[in-house]
Amino acid sequence: MVGIVIVSHSAKVAEGIVELAAEMAADNGHIIAAGGLSDGGIGTDPLRIQAAIEQADTGDGVAVLADIGSSIMSAETAIEFLEGSGIRVRIADAPVLEGAVSACAASAGGTSLDEVIAAAEEARGFSKLA
Amino acid sequence: MASHIYECIEKIGQSIIDNRGFLTELDREIGDADHGINMARGFGEVLAQLPADNEDIGAALKKTGMVLLSKVGGASGPLYGTACLEAAKVCAGRTALTAEDGKTVFAAVIAGIQKRGKAVRGEKTMLDAIIPASEAYAAAVDAGAPVDACLDAMCEAAKEGAEYTASIRATKGRASYLGDRSIGHKDPGAASSLLAMEAIRSYVKGA
Repeated sequence: MVGIVIVSHSAKVAEGIVELAAEMAADNGHIIAAGGLSDGGIGTDPLRIQAAIEQADTGDGVAVLADIGSSIMSAETAIEFLEGSGIRVRIADAPVLEGAVSACAASAGGTSLDEVIAAAEEARGFSKLA
Repeated sequence: MASHIYECIEKIGQSIIDNRGFLTELDREIGDADHGINMARGFGEVLAQLPADNEDIGAALKKTGMVLLSKVGGASGPLYGTACLEAAKVCAGRTALTAEDGKTVFAAVIAGIQKRGKAVRGEKTMLDAIIPASEAYAAAVDAGAPVDACLDAMCEAAKEGAEYTASIRATKGRASYLGDRSIGHKDPGAASSLLAMEAIRSYVKGA
């Protein structure tokens, strides 16, 4: 099962998204929050993200959903640190909440990492009022 | 340059911490008002964790980079953190650096920041201070100038570069949300880079 990591500047946001997105999945053990700094402050921490990716991986790869600003840079740093670990990781170019819900639904269906990423990125063009 | 890398990093950290209000104020104008707070938090942690008796410049820079990555919290964490990690690679095992080595360190720092931030010169970022500083420094070294003069040239170009960021529009980072309203405000990252370079100069000059 593809793991999913939620990166946000806020620990509460990341945990809240995990809570919401996990409703789409029967097994929520592979959706991990990586929000905020280790001291509880607002920000992103590549080492926390790296640890979350390692925790989320079960061998099928990990999709990362990230919020604004430094979260992408921090996620990219974490992925660089994981080079050589054998863990396949991709960042979805998608809105963090909607993308996470789509990714979780796809992951629960047993799809591949690329398919989970594609599902998350489809959320980018989804109209709420159409 | 003599090797007391801790003292050099301490000077940088102290300058960042002393100027935390100034950096945060710059960031309040065009960003999210946390640059000074974030950088001071990061360097506070660096000074607490860095072994003061360490002579290995590469090891000290690596430690500094890892702490900045993890503790700064904003975009400047991965940017300065990666810069330090790349600089650490070219300084591995070294206990002293020559003026010529400074050029190699600059190249590594710039490559690291560009890799992480995907920015180029002219986008109202720290690179607008660091790249001209690097060029001015390298030109002075190549001309055979004494190290103090090379560092003066570096700081002068960094200062001009930081001032220049006020005249342009941001296309990277949080300030890019403001579009043309970012014009007229100096980039906080360029300002903190200038402070770091001035601190390095003052360390080398023993001031």
